[in-house]
Amino acid sequence: MTGATTSMTLGSHFTYFITIFLMVAGLFIVISRPNLIKKLIGLGIFQTSVYLLYIAPAKLIGGTAPILSNAFTVYSNPLPHVLILTAIVVGVATLALGLALVVRIREAYDTIEEDDILARDSNAEDNGNAT
Amino acid sequence: MNLAPHLPALQVVVPLIAAPLTVLLRQRSVAFAVALVASWLALAISLLLWWQVANTGIISYAIGSWPAPWGIEYRIDRLNSFILVLVAGIAALVLPFSRASIESEVAAQQHYLFYTMFVLCLAGLLGIAITGDAFNIFVFLEVSSLSAYVLIALGRDRRALFAAYQYLLMGSIGATFLVIGIGLLYLMTGTLNLADMGQRLASVQGTRPVLAALAFITVGVSLKLALFPLHQWLPNAYTFAPSAVSAFLAATATKVAVYVLLRFYFTVFGESAVFARLPMQQMMLLLALAGMFAASTIAIFQTDLKRLFAYSSVAQIGYIILGLSFNSVSGLTASIVHLFNHGVTKGAIFMLLGCVALGVGGTSLTRVQGLGKRMPLASFGMVIGGLSLMGVPGTAGFISKWYLLLAALEQGQWWLVFMIALSSLLAAVYVWRFVEAAYLREPHQNTTNVAPTPWLMSVPTAILVLAIVYFGLDTSFTMGTASEAAAALIGGSR
Amino acid sequence: MKNDLILRVIAKLLIPFILLFALYVQFHGDFGPGGGFQAGVILAAAVIFYALIYGLADARKVVPEPLVESMMAIGVLIYAGVGVAGLLLGGNYLDYFVLDPNPVRGQHRGIFWVEVGVATTVSGVMLKIFYMFADRGKVDEE
Repeated sequence: MTGATTSMTLGSHFTYFITIFLMVAGLFIVISRPNLIKKLIGLGIFQTSVYLLYIAPAKLIGGTAPILSNAFTVYSNPLPHVLILTAIVVGVATLALGLALVVRIREAYDTIEEDDILARDSNAEDNGNAT
Repeated sequence: MNLAPHLPALQVVVPLIAAPLTVLLRQRSVAFAVALVASWLALAISLLLWWQVANTGIISYAIGSWPAPWGIEYRIDRLNSFILVLVAGIAALVLPFSRASIESEVAAQQHYLFYTMFVLCLAGLLGIAITGDAFNIFVFLEVSSLSAYVLIALGRDRRALFAAYQYLLMGSIGATFLVIGIGLLYLMTGTLNLADMGQRLASVQGTRPVLAALAFITVGVSLKLALFPLHQWLPNAYTFAPSAVSAFLAATATKVAVYVLLRFYFTVFGESAVFARLPMQQMMLLLALAGMFAASTIAIFQTDLKRLFAYSSVAQIGYIILGLSFNSVSGLTASIVHLFNHGVTKGAIFMLLGCVALGVGGTSLTRVQGLGKRMPLASFGMVIGGLSLMGVPGTAGFISKWYLLLAALEQGQWWLVFMIALSSLLAAVYVWRFVEAAYLREPHQNTTNVAPTPWLMSVPTAILVLAIVYFGLDTSFTMGTASEAAAALIGGSR
Repeated sequence: MKNDLILRVIAKLLIPFILLFALYVQFHGDFGPGGGFQAGVILAAAVIFYALIYGLADARKVVPEPLVESMMAIGVLIYAGVGVAGLLLGGNYLDYFVLDPNPVRGQHRGIFWVEVGVATTVSGVMLKIFYMFADRGKVDEE
């Protein structure tokens, strides 16, 4: 009995499992990797999981494309798709801004590893560069 | 054509249209003029809206003429209108200040882009405060945050770039957490309109997705409002950004995030759901106290004034969340009043630090030695700001501290009264560090003459410093609006 | 890559079709996947393809930098302009119903112009990002 319900739960909710996996994987990459670009990639993966969280429930079982017609009564929900288009654009803008900052950081520090950057900053402070 | 019923839309549209105009009109004086006109118009509109709400009640405006809850609704009540006036007022004062202040801090050919980002940030913050749609809050939050990242990265020091990057990472994670929470709420209620969501949540209270949504929204917004321990981005961002940017962000960005938290807690979830089912009260209390004490203590040991007052901001956010955790009308009133008073105080302090940086070439404690003799008015202004942070009577900070103490007494928590007094003592210690350096030390050997402060910088700063004293003496505007807003929030929720 | 014959010919053959596809995606957003954002990106991709094959200098002659920067701003102004047009014609901000005596045609019109604004801004932004980063730190080859 419990075996059947567990597999049913796993089967019908597999999108949520993938969502959570992507979410946690993305967050782990952001926190654990010192390379600035890898952090941005982790952020991208984390944001992708959110897109899945919105879109997966939008498709109703037996629902058709959301264009009015007399032949159908159940339509898939188009609103989450619109929300996710907006979220994707926001994600693209964030990624672009982040990468632009990484390029400038590379030019200013000659490295894109977080530990190196912090080390160089503290060296500069110790040598009395702080105003 | 009568514009009056369209003021809610114009509040956001005027700065939003000014942004591409400043990009097209590259000449920096013209760009500055456009931005200035836009911010002053925004201030006028916010005052008109405040007056309208005070007299006739809640304003509801349907964008695109799609009626709520299907369309996006701009909904202004007492709390909103208060925040709108704060944000627009600070922007209207910081923008003329920035004209002179960025001369020395930003490359000349990028000045028009500075004004573009500033006006976009203003439009985003105003949009967050005015909208009644949950996803719209996220969109405007990202608009204001992205432009804030750019503004911070324009700082002269190369550490500004890494500070902006850190803020970008943490801010995006916070905004994404907020979106996850909104998504869960949408899945459970089927609507994105905040008021409608609040009504529909009554039937699904206590289900796991709703509790998860509450958790996600709390964490996401706490990242944006720099609640301890999610405050790590704030000291670097405020320290290395240009002075005008520090002043603007310190006075507005975290306050608008507190508004989002209040809106979700009381209008959407309802105080019974938030505080009864989950131990939110204890958690907020603990984090607020931790923030107050940890941040104040760290501030005492700083050697750079901007960094010192950045940590002070984290501590003051602790006061605001402390008032929120009381879950009473008086606690909430104290929170909302402190939103405004702290915004005014920190705006004034960072603007003064901008004048000081221009005058003596930096803001470290060694450079400001003897400031009392060299820049007497600026030092006096800093003293007033410091007194407000401590909560001395006659300043705006006293009003909020007083009401916070009253709210704590109302709950019968004497130990809290003691804690609030103790943290004010810590504030006195870090303010004393400035006073000691400025008034009791002689200027450094190899200091050059003080550069004169342009009137574009000194006049807005003086206005804001006078505002600290004014709002400490005449509280009709601040307390009147805050108490009505708090009563509406608590009374309107289930 | 300018000297590689195959690449040059294929690029010359494909770029007009990519541009046409961008226009198709732009105008069929009502009925299928598409719309302003996607069309803007495809448009920018066509110009970036040209820049990759023929060099950044040639691309800068075809789509100059001031034009790209203005495109970013003009797109936003078109979008906001549609909203203001709704205001001027008696409705609320971004009201599409009043843009035409027939409200449904008004919706069509509003969406059309809004998507034009979005496509302009998005292609401008993508091109601007490419122009800014493509030649940073590069040694002059030609």
